[in-house]
Amino acid sequence: MTAEQIIFLIVGAATLIAGFLVVTVRNLVHAALWLVATLFGVAIIYTLLNAGFLAVVQVVVYIGAIAILFIFAVMLTRRQAAETGASVNKNWWAGALMSVLTFAALALLLQSWSGFSKTASAVPSGFDAINQLGDALTSSAGYVLPFEVASVLLLAALVGAVYLAFNKK
Amino acid sequence: MIPLSWYLILAAGLFSIGLFGVLARRNAVAILLGVELMLNAVNINLVAFWRYGDVTQMAGQVFAIIVFAVAAAEVAVGLALVISVYRRRNTVVAEELDLLKW
Amino acid sequence: MNFWNDPLKVAADWLTGIFVGWGMNDIFAHVLVVFLGIFVLIMILMVIDIFLVWIERKVVARFQDRIGPNRLGPFGLIQPFADIVKLMIKEDTTPDGADKVVYNIAPMLSMMSVLILWAVVPLAPVMIGVDLNAGALFIIAAGSIGTLSIIMAGWSSNNKFSVIGAFRQVAVMVSFEVPMLAVMLIPTIFSGSMGMNSIIQSQNIWFVFISPLAALIFLIAAIAELGRAPFDLAEGESELVAGFNVEYSGMKFGMFYAGELLHAFTFGGFWAILFFGGYRFFGLEQVSPFLAIVIILFKALVGYWVIMWVKYTVMRIRIDQMLAFNWKFLTPVAFVLVMVTALMNVLLRGAGSWLYITGMFLSNVIVAWVSLEIVRSIGKKERERVEGVKVVAEAHH
Repeated sequence: MTAEQIIFLIVGAATLIAGFLVVTVRNLVHAALWLVATLFGVAIIYTLLNAGFLAVVQVVVYIGAIAILFIFAVMLTRRQAAETGASVNKNWWAGALMSVLTFAALALLLQSWSGFSKTASAVPSGFDAINQLGDALTSSAGYVLPFEVASVLLLAALVGAVYLAFNKK
Repeated sequence: MIPLSWYLILAAGLFSIGLFGVLARRNAVAILLGVELMLNAVNINLVAFWRYGDVTQMAGQVFAIIVFAVAAAEVAVGLALVISVYRRRNTVVAEELDLLKW
Repeated sequence: MNFWNDPLKVAADWLTGIFVGWGMNDIFAHVLVVFLGIFVLIMILMVIDIFLVWIERKVVARFQDRIGPNRLGPFGLIQPFADIVKLMIKEDTTPDGADKVVYNIAPMLSMMSVLILWAVVPLAPVMIGVDLNAGALFIIAAGSIGTLSIIMAGWSSNNKFSVIGAFRQVAVMVSFEVPMLAVMLIPTIFSGSMGMNSIIQSQNIWFVFISPLAALIFLIAAIAELGRAPFDLAEGESELVAGFNVEYSGMKFGMFYAGELLHAFTFGGFWAILFFGGYRFFGLEQVSPFLAIVIILFKALVGYWVIMWVKYTVMRIRIDQMLAFNWKFLTPVAFVLVMVTALMNVLLRGAGSWLYITGMFLSNVIVAWVSLEIVRSIGKKERERVEGVKVVAEAHH
């Protein structure tokens, strides 16, 4: 077993445990903090996949913005609702069954795929993922249109969020 | 080297956990937390396929970036909706928001 | 390989050799050496941090026409050690109803978010933790861990003042990240890379001369990110007691405090790296890596001094004014500046280097002048409106 595999197993297990705690702990601020741990684990997985840029973006966007937003939202909507009553609804067993079945189905499907246990070829020397990504995002032969659409989506979300959350007296 | 299967199984596990969160939690914010887990699982898959396929084809990373943008938009609007609902109904429990249910 | 030319590599090779000689696994020895390197760097930083306390107190004393610590040791140099002893023997309190785990993790995360920044700081051409090709983004990423630590501290203390302080500070940090990230793109445009080392290498002329406005915006955003005056709303002693860290005592408070000082010093360093040539100083950095370290630490100290100068000169402003200042002024200016710089970069790329520098400088001046002019005309209108109302009210009497 190589060092990389050991790191993957530790980080992967930690990510899954933290993810499980996100959906099970009662206190929602704790759930949001466990989400931070999960997202951090995913960022480490990205670095294992030689996608360092995405790992840093993951920390900036998810931990710096999304997780903070969640904590704010939990604090702003906290009264009896979050603290009393069950944290899961009465059909939770169906949800659990559903997710176990989904996992089993995904695992079975993947198992039957020929490329399942493929190993990665080495990254070509002198390959700079950031440059390639920048070119791909801005060249017309690449993905400039999806990129622009994403920016319009973000703008729409910005305006929409401000409009929805604005307290019209 | 780590085989592709490890990443895919990790992503499948994370996705299922997120799905459980979405289906079972009562609090609307907690449901959104589950959605985040599912989106992250998808992203792991996208990046893993980029790495294990042709590295010079950036489609996987580009998709991951777009998923980041969509996730940010989803959280911003989703939480704004939750806060707006909380102001009107004074609750964020999803099953109590049954105005449209007959 | 000479020790004086590449001390880190020589030392690492030597240590790895020793560890392997002890019958250690190759990979394990390598990991151990890296850990030792991190440990030594952190130790050096913490020692610097101790003296930063002394520097801060001496400088603020000068600004306020006092002498500052002068009793313990020469020039009061032993004073910070006495402070540390005091912090360590203080009672370590935990408020009732505090979320104990989160409460105790928060100071560590705060310190960590600062120390992690030094992973990308190039101390010399050959001395850098990791020459990450997303270095500029990494600074923001580390900042988001700091934001997290503050909201954790504020929430877990179970105190309304600390929650309000944390809310303010997080609002400020999240919003000032935007112009900071935007102006960090400007050195990136000039050098064609986000890596700290390549940004320094391409500064044959300091970027502050090419884009002074970007340097200024970076400084303002950095001060806000640090939560120092005039943006120290999180602490606002007169309104919030001490803000998010009001419930912390002893060394836990010490970690927030030391973290803040080191953070300011570090951002002085980043200001120097991005806009003042980092370790470069008329070719002196080629002589020896040790000289390069002295140069960059000196530049970081100068940056730190500028931050202190602002802190002890300017008054605190209100939270709504501050957020309005960011969203309505700083962010648009930063975005416009990035666009103008990118456009000018394309237009002037073929031109000679002097034309390039002059064009960039002039475009900066024009952007600054136009934005100030717009603000002035809006301010004038606003003043006329307010004063007009007053005149009407007086006429009514």
